[in-house]
Amino acid sequence: MERVAVLGAGMTRFMRRAQETGKELAWEAARMALDEAGLTLKDVECVALVSAPDAFDGVHMKGEYLADGAGATRKPFMRSFVGGGSGVFAIIHGWYHVASGHFDTCLVVAEEKMSSTMPHPQAAFNTIYDQFTERPLGVNLLWIFALEMNRYMQVHKIPLETIAQVSVKNKLNGLDHPCHQEGITPGPDLTVKDVLDSEIMVWPVHRLMVSPVTDGAAALVLASERVAKRMTDKPVWIEGVGWHLDSSYWTNRDLYYPKYVEYAARMAYRMAGITDPRKEIHVVEPYDPFAYKELHHLEGLLLADKGEAPRLLEKGVFNRDGELPSCPSGGLLGVGNPIAAAGTMKVAEIFWQLRGEAGARQVARPVKRGLAQAWGDLMQVGTVVVLGR
Amino acid sequence: MMKPQNARGVPLKDEDLKVGKVLTTEWRVKADYAWDCGIAIGRYFDGLKEGKILATRCRRCRRTVVPPRIFCEWCFKPMDEWVEVRDTGRVNTFSVSYFSWDMTPLEKPEVPAVVEIDGCSPGVGFMHLLGEVGDNLDEILRRVKVGMKVRAVWKPADQRTGAITDILYFKPEEE
Amino acid sequence: MRERVAIVGVGYTSFRPLSPEVSFREMVFEAACRAYADAGLEPDRVGTFVAVSEDYLEGTSIFDEYVPDQLGAVLKPVQTICQDGITAIASAYLQLATGLFEVALVEGHAKASNVLYPAHIEAFAMDPVFVRPLGLNPRFVAGLEMRSFLAQTGNTEEQVALVVAKNKANALKNPLAAYPALVTAEDVLASRPVATPVKELDIAPFADGAVVLILARESVARTLKSQPVYIRGIGWMQDTPNLDQRDWSQASYAELAGRMAYRQAGIRDPKEEICFAEVDDTFSYKELQHIEALGLARCGEAGVLLSEGYFLPDGPLPVNVSGGSLGNGYLYDASGLRSVLEVVLQLRGQAGERQLPDVRVGLAQSWRGIPTASGGVIILSNE
Repeated sequence: MERVAVLGAGMTRFMRRAQETGKELAWEAARMALDEAGLTLKDVECVALVSAPDAFDGVHMKGEYLADGAGATRKPFMRSFVGGGSGVFAIIHGWYHVASGHFDTCLVVAEEKMSSTMPHPQAAFNTIYDQFTERPLGVNLLWIFALEMNRYMQVHKIPLETIAQVSVKNKLNGLDHPCHQEGITPGPDLTVKDVLDSEIMVWPVHRLMVSPVTDGAAALVLASERVAKRMTDKPVWIEGVGWHLDSSYWTNRDLYYPKYVEYAARMAYRMAGITDPRKEIHVVEPYDPFAYKELHHLEGLLLADKGEAPRLLEKGVFNRDGELPSCPSGGLLGVGNPIAAAGTMKVAEIFWQLRGEAGARQVARPVKRGLAQAWGDLMQVGTVVVLGR
Repeated sequence: MMKPQNARGVPLKDEDLKVGKVLTTEWRVKADYAWDCGIAIGRYFDGLKEGKILATRCRRCRRTVVPPRIFCEWCFKPMDEWVEVRDTGRVNTFSVSYFSWDMTPLEKPEVPAVVEIDGCSPGVGFMHLLGEVGDNLDEILRRVKVGMKVRAVWKPADQRTGAITDILYFKPEEE
Repeated sequence: MRERVAIVGVGYTSFRPLSPEVSFREMVFEAACRAYADAGLEPDRVGTFVAVSEDYLEGTSIFDEYVPDQLGAVLKPVQTICQDGITAIASAYLQLATGLFEVALVEGHAKASNVLYPAHIEAFAMDPVFVRPLGLNPRFVAGLEMRSFLAQTGNTEEQVALVVAKNKANALKNPLAAYPALVTAEDVLASRPVATPVKELDIAPFADGAVVLILARESVARTLKSQPVYIRGIGWMQDTPNLDQRDWSQASYAELAGRMAYRQAGIRDPKEEICFAEVDDTFSYKELQHIEALGLARCGEAGVLLSEGYFLPDGPLPVNVSGGSLGNGYLYDASGLRSVLEVVLQLRGQAGERQLPDVRVGLAQSWRGIPTASGGVIILSNE
């Protein structure tokens, strides 16, 4: 297995509605990642793309449509897909291209233009449910999150205030991210009360506990050890990758715990040689499309015991100056959620944190190893990457 | 050096589209399907039409499941038998939705729930709606509890079509 | 030296115009059961799963949700590739090459009959700003391309019609095929014009079906009961997605993917070294275009060779002995897997009535259909 390094990361601004087309967003992010890596498109041997449902961009086979924007013309090009988990899967997808020994460089691009769907992108989400037994009930995306959140809260007796605290932490963190979506954080004095006072969308989910609809793109440049050593004296290495998909029969499983995240994390830890993740992971970007999800995922990642994450949050462990900073970027709640691009933004954040280039977002403790994680599908997919320097 | 600080992107407001500040193209895709139900869901729907909930059972894994399938996804063998389960169960989890499927706000909220069906293995059920549980959040939260017993309310027999909507909703059942 | 990868198991359903008796899950379950039985291994031996699908062909957003159960892939590494079947095999191949896994599974299926307005879905793949608003039936792309191909290469419409006659006749010996028939070139030429010069019989009709392949590293493959078929080279390539920038006469994606696969396989003279090929024939002219792009015939030579019987089952270089998509039916992105299935069966000597004698190296090639310019090439060998 070849060692694989991350040489550069790039992203666009995250926006509710971008003037740029999907192709243009992909190009902006890819170009920034290449510039940072000190490479040009000529140096790119293959392209790995991720993007969530075609229904958002409004183009069937949108991978093909986006190919030129992602720099893939006349190159080996592959689009992979694991629903919302795609953003972190992106680097895994790129990783196996290089780790196989077949390519020395790979450009990884994640794009999402959700605003193209009219009148509301949520309507596209109805079609993620089973066409026989679920769609006829008139179901929307928020249902499944609300059902899972309520189950998680009931099993561990978690107060809504604690969940709201995640929103506050991430939205305040997001203010320091130059790419954050305009208006995503009501103000620098946001409180738990504000979150609880925001509109109930699907109880127990309040509006400020949900990441918004976003357009954006993010990109990474990966390289083999041979190329990495030539290009940089501070390489960031992919130390572990993991992904697992659970059954689609989600009503036959207990949603209180994301077993698929645990399996994905164990796979990544094994590869990275990590035996005690709570000591060996120094900064973490768990997936936070909804506020409770960050806590839920921290438990799945074995960074907290089952039901313990809310208590650690209350103690400030996950703050930027805490023992295990979580979502220092601001996450999906604080930066925005262009589905696939959001996960890749998290990987980019870990990359910048490890290089000490995160600016105002740089966490207080020294960091040598970080983890990014995404989730997807019907409470089904865990994707995990461990980066180290 | 490029960094997020100088990231590009031009955010638009919804009004920009309305007033034609930027140009757009529109397209409505004719994406219609007639999905084959096949063996398992076909028989499940036949059962619903008759007012019965049918499940499949894997003897190896000692598991009875709805929605039924012809294979057991745990041991990857064909299911062993069909069994009729009851039309009662317990609420595994629920929520209270103020928005329709396409995000139109609702006056009267809907109450989706995962119902664990009696006769299936523990923790196995399906998603449906709860009814007769109140019109507003306070009332609903007072009346609906996780673990609560519920019973299916069926459409009249002559109106059933062999669909999941042959069950109108589940309502609270006295213990 | 890198460890080789082999295809060690194949599973499939028959291909048919309609399949109301089974759901997509049940169809895939059948193919998966056959693949496991063929390889002689249980699902828990598989380290990673790759499925190929597109949301709008399934009528489900984020279709990757519905992949694991019917494959025995619950709580396993599973991913979906939104690309043609051979590119999905490339994904599995790369994953095995990392050393992280020993066995991989690739699945593709089509429930084409469930898509009520396939032309509308195809139109939805067009560039939303420049092309889609023209409101044309997407098959105009094939019309433009076929005319340019014939004009630039000197191949003729009559020769293209012979492709249909050959492939449908070949399908008569394939029990899986949905559309075997005896038709003549005259029948094809007389069929209804769709986007001239493309006529109705030039177009592969849709079919439903599923194909599952199991891949393993050589060290594992040697311990299994089935005869391993080794991947000697694989390539996949994207040309520009823009209609206004592409080469209309040549299939450059196939040429580039072919070069990539040949380089890896160490093949210098494909015409001599490849014993037989399954190439994409979603439209009949595509077969000739792909044959030339892959260097199996010189530019402008494919049609003449075809009419001389060169690509017939008893010719020097049989092409689409399975019947191709024209004879089996078009399975969307699973078509590439169906081509690979045929190459595996031939190389194992399990192709029944249509078995080719003494074949050692076979090639399969795929194209993603209108309006794409992308596809894959794989070279397989039983040695």
